[in-house]
Amino acid sequence: MTTANQTPGDGCGAPAGGAPAAAASDAGSQAVVEGRVVRDNAPVSTGYARLLGTGDEFVAEVPLGEDGGFRFFAAPGTWKLRVLAPGGARADRSVSAEYGKVTKVEVTV
Amino acid sequence: MSRSEALVDAAWVEAHAGDPGVVLVEVDEDTSAYDKGHIPDAIKIDWKKDLQDPVRRDFVDRVGFEKLLSERGIAGDDTVVLYGGNNNWFAAYAYWYFKLYGHHNVKLLDGGRKKWELDSRELTTDVPKRPATAYKAAEQDAALRAKRDEVLDAIGKRNLVDVRSPDEFTGRLLAPAHLPQEQAQRGGHIPTARNVPWSKAANEDGTFRSDDELRTLYADEAGLDFAKDTIAYCRIGERSAHTWFVLHELLEQPNVKNYDGSWTEYGSLVGVPIELGEAR
Repeated sequence: MTTANQTPGDGCGAPAGGAPAAAASDAGSQAVVEGRVVRDNAPVSTGYARLLGTGDEFVAEVPLGEDGGFRFFAAPGTWKLRVLAPGGARADRSVSAEYGKVTKVEVTV
Repeated sequence: MSRSEALVDAAWVEAHAGDPGVVLVEVDEDTSAYDKGHIPDAIKIDWKKDLQDPVRRDFVDRVGFEKLLSERGIAGDDTVVLYGGNNNWFAAYAYWYFKLYGHHNVKLLDGGRKKWELDSRELTTDVPKRPATAYKAAEQDAALRAKRDEVLDAIGKRNLVDVRSPDEFTGRLLAPAHLPQEQAQRGGHIPTARNVPWSKAANEDGTFRSDDELRTLYADEAGLDFAKDTIAYCRIGERSAHTWFVLHELLEQPNVKNYDGSWTEYGSLVGVPIELGEAR
């Protein structure tokens, strides 16, 4: 699956400006975990979303988009999503991913 | 090189970013991050548009690198301080790249863009103007870059460090988890490679772990033999540049190469050995 903000042929390049949650995702054959980070009902555009595996093993990290959005293409399974934002703000969520499905998460910090 | 020579902290950057002879450069995985706000006085280098040959899979050649740095106003004796997001992932790649072309006075901002942002330090959208220079680069330093035949020959002889995530190492994923998984090549890893995900070298705020912690990680936990030469690889050579930085610049291991062809090359070669699953 490729959207306008993603350039899979670029190797390790992240989607420009993080991944906007507003852009509707079609999971296709991917296991997508995406969402948005908010504080006081407003998007948090400065911060990072991390995907952690078993034992908090780091898997991936993306900067939040202007709308507080993030997106990961994970393997199926259960992951920990960790959000870091200025001021020492952090939040953890447990998320599940499966092929062909977009798992949506909203995180409040 | 040592930690004190290869790294600077945020206080150093705030004090010296505008000094003559100091050039701050953002190199980011997210190439639009700079445009949204960057450290005052920093210029931008785009790891893809500026550093890769537009046609074949290789770096820009020496003349191209000279042209790039001349246009950006970087002189051969400038102190270049690199920083970027994602634990300095692409900044470390640029660091290795600058060294490859013989620019010796280069440093990383410890923690990179992430720590700077999380500490709520100043960012600006003002783009500094630097007068052009006549930069002269050296030929690529072959001691820093491994090619595929050398990697094949190193199986079972040298340390091979696969710095991708465990899921990529075992063959479960073909790309990092924030990227689409559509790739044509086979999954797995180079036989005899040890898996030390690059990110283990960094603390959560993006700063590098202490030398003692890093030695424990690579030697004691992963079983690297520091008496042997080492080749690091990942998928396209950026994450392994981060590990190259740790082993060669922080831990001062003398013979460490980055295999930038990495898994996208190796995993597409016909007839080469591949291991699946955990390290053996």
